[in-house]
Amino acid sequence: MMKSPRLPLYMTMATFVLAYMLCIWEFPSMFSSRVVANLLTDNAFLGITAVGMTFVILTGGIDLSVGSVIAFTGVFLAVILRDTSIHPLVAFGMVLAITIAFGAAEGAIVHYLEMPAFIVTLAGMFLMRGLAYVLSTDSVPITHEFYDVLQSIYWKAPGGGRFRLIGGVMLLVFIGAMIVLHRTKFGKNVYALGGGVQTAQLMGVPIARTTILIYATSGGLAGLAGIVYSLYTSAGYSLSTVGVELDAIAAVVIGGTLLSGGTGFVAGTFFGILIMGLIQTYIVFDGTLSSWWTKIVIGVLLFTFIMLQKVLAWATTARRKPATEFAMRS
Amino acid sequence: MSTTPEPVLQATGVSKFFPGAIALDDVSLSLYPGEVHALLGENGAGKSTLIKCLTGAYKRDAGTILLDGKEIDPRDPQGSLALGIGTVYQEVNLLSNMTVAENLFLGWQPMRHGMINNREMVKRSKEVLSGFGLDIDPSQLLSSYSIAIQQVVAIARAVELAGKVLILDEPTASLDREEIDLLFSVVRKLTERGLAVVFITHFLDQVFEISDRATILRNGRIVGTRELANATQTEIVTMMLGRQLEEAKKERGKAVIGETILELKNYGRRGTIEPFDMILHKGEVIGLAGLLGSGRSETAGVIFGSTPADQGTATLNGEAIKIDSPRSSIHLGFGLCPEDRKTDGIVGDLSVRENIILSLQARRGWTRPISRAKAEKIAEDYVKKLDIRLASLDMPIRLLSGGNQQKALLARWLATEPDILILDEPTRGIDVGAHAEIIELIQTLREQGMALIVASSELEELITYSSRIVVLRDRRQVKELQGDEISIGAIVRSIAEEGGAQL
Repeated sequence: MMKSPRLPLYMTMATFVLAYMLCIWEFPSMFSSRVVANLLTDNAFLGITAVGMTFVILTGGIDLSVGSVIAFTGVFLAVILRDTSIHPLVAFGMVLAITIAFGAAEGAIVHYLEMPAFIVTLAGMFLMRGLAYVLSTDSVPITHEFYDVLQSIYWKAPGGGRFRLIGGVMLLVFIGAMIVLHRTKFGKNVYALGGGVQTAQLMGVPIARTTILIYATSGGLAGLAGIVYSLYTSAGYSLSTVGVELDAIAAVVIGGTLLSGGTGFVAGTFFGILIMGLIQTYIVFDGTLSSWWTKIVIGVLLFTFIMLQKVLAWATTARRKPATEFAMRS
Repeated sequence: MSTTPEPVLQATGVSKFFPGAIALDDVSLSLYPGEVHALLGENGAGKSTLIKCLTGAYKRDAGTILLDGKEIDPRDPQGSLALGIGTVYQEVNLLSNMTVAENLFLGWQPMRHGMINNREMVKRSKEVLSGFGLDIDPSQLLSSYSIAIQQVVAIARAVELAGKVLILDEPTASLDREEIDLLFSVVRKLTERGLAVVFITHFLDQVFEISDRATILRNGRIVGTRELANATQTEIVTMMLGRQLEEAKKERGKAVIGETILELKNYGRRGTIEPFDMILHKGEVIGLAGLLGSGRSETAGVIFGSTPADQGTATLNGEAIKIDSPRSSIHLGFGLCPEDRKTDGIVGDLSVRENIILSLQARRGWTRPISRAKAEKIAEDYVKKLDIRLASLDMPIRLLSGGNQQKALLARWLATEPDILILDEPTRGIDVGAHAEIIELIQTLREQGMALIVASSELEELITYSSRIVVLRDRRQVKELQGDEISIGAIVRSIAEEGGAQL
């Protein structure tokens, strides 16, 4: 059947399974709940960021500001918790409000000023990184008992793997994003925008609202990723998470989402994240390889997946059905 | 209806200005429930602009629009859709990255527990489409179906959404007769329900077949509104053009066929077109006839080199040549006006002047730029010769109407003074006036000794200027007709032979 848009997704899943099997074949100890649990925990902030990035890229846009937003969030939380007696939950709410508003503002500029998302979010990237520096140039440790409580929540699986809260948050975000994308009008509008802004507009899709909501989602999820990152590192540092936006884009593309927009799935992004995490884990297990090999393998994977998409695009245009369906009229 | 009904939609004094041009000037239109109202006019007369003002796609500069007696001001197509005004545009305006069902129900998906009910959506899509005689799987991607099917889906969507007014902007351009009949039967059902339908088309026969009244526009102004029951086609055409269409019908002198210019032997491309022989003389027009997908455009592409031949030989003026790209054929004196002017032809954001000199510049090479003054002169020359209607040579070509874009494209190739000009569907989507002018132009070019190859689906037009007609079927040349053999009947018989009778 013509389920071609799902093909890149299946390819990504197959790649992950195959890669994991190769890893286990070489290092049988990689087949453990510890590895899986760490995969989720270590990549939680990146995964959450990549979900927001998937939304943006599905519409044909891009969000370069997310890495800086994560750093800003971390520093903001650290400074607030150090200097005031505000409860972390309230601080979370505050920082989410800021990042959502920031994303919404980026979306509004992209839409109303008809500016390329690349430039707008590039400006946002510098702005947020700068704000983080203004708050503090040093790494600020977070020592709050509520953080200790959150960090101590985990589910111990057979085999000793500890599935921590932040990994669970990431899974929830992925599930939520799938429901939103496939079962809500907003989700369908995201795909519609990616299929063609003008056409979507003529079909009655609220372009302004959808665009702003998408960038607000990306900003908000980057904020959530920042919270998760601060839980992960127990600190806020303005120099952290440089280039995370590019890792997120890589995960989205490896996951089979077209950079031109309109085609892709969050599930693909999930496996994109897992593949990237798996490469890192493998290098740790190997012990002799430089960690830069991660980048090299991701680079090769990106090229492979882009080529694959090109080939699939050719294949599907060649298979377009002729007008024979009319012959089946009753 | 015995009592005079209230108009469902009444537009009064609508005006729209573009930089340097008045697109609509004080236009008024009344639509009554249950009527099919045709909107007629040449390309650039303002039909599409009027529609876009009604639906809010364009912001009108003056005028009021009343719907059921209440003033409305839709700011975007979504707003007008919510008010009950549905529109099907000239080109298929659906999303090819989404499924048929998603396209049908985008924005008004059936919901359950706050979520889209996909199963219900597919089920209802099947019902809606079967009302249009279409039995397809709505859960497949829209792009996996042909353009004609996509067009029917677009119509189905608008019909489902429109509660009061349905606007059909050239919906039949890509449909065959059977599909048109279906569409018309649906339109009749809708008008029985009290819907008002606006119908825009270039096919006058269809206008008389389905419409009750017609409003004619010319140069952005209303010429008049007629009850079609007591109007004639000639009357309507005269109103559209403001002049009689005599010139186009003028009997032409017999073609003076000159020496052989191009000879193709066993020429073809695997998977594109079966090998064929063709001899083209100076001062003659070879017409390519056949159904959609029969290999007309493919033949044009192979000769021009945009999809180069992989077998056979070509001789130009007695010398063996090799055409492996449009670049080489342009240098040899070929020109091709492609079928799809939006994707293959015009460069929308460049000015009309730049579009006209584009090929000439390419042929001269980038080291010998054409001076601004010279470009201006060439462009002005052709604008005058071809009667291209525009506000300024510097305006982006995408702002021109379809017919004028087509003429500008022709001008581009004529500026290179080609020996062989290939035209693929030169009159597609063009109004009667521009149509006649382009036919006239083809004949003039032929008389001047140019050799032309014209692919067209309009047989009547093809037989007026072709000295020979090549009939294609299933990507293969099946028949060559010349002289007195040429008639519509003969072409149709050749197309339909061997059981492929689906005209």
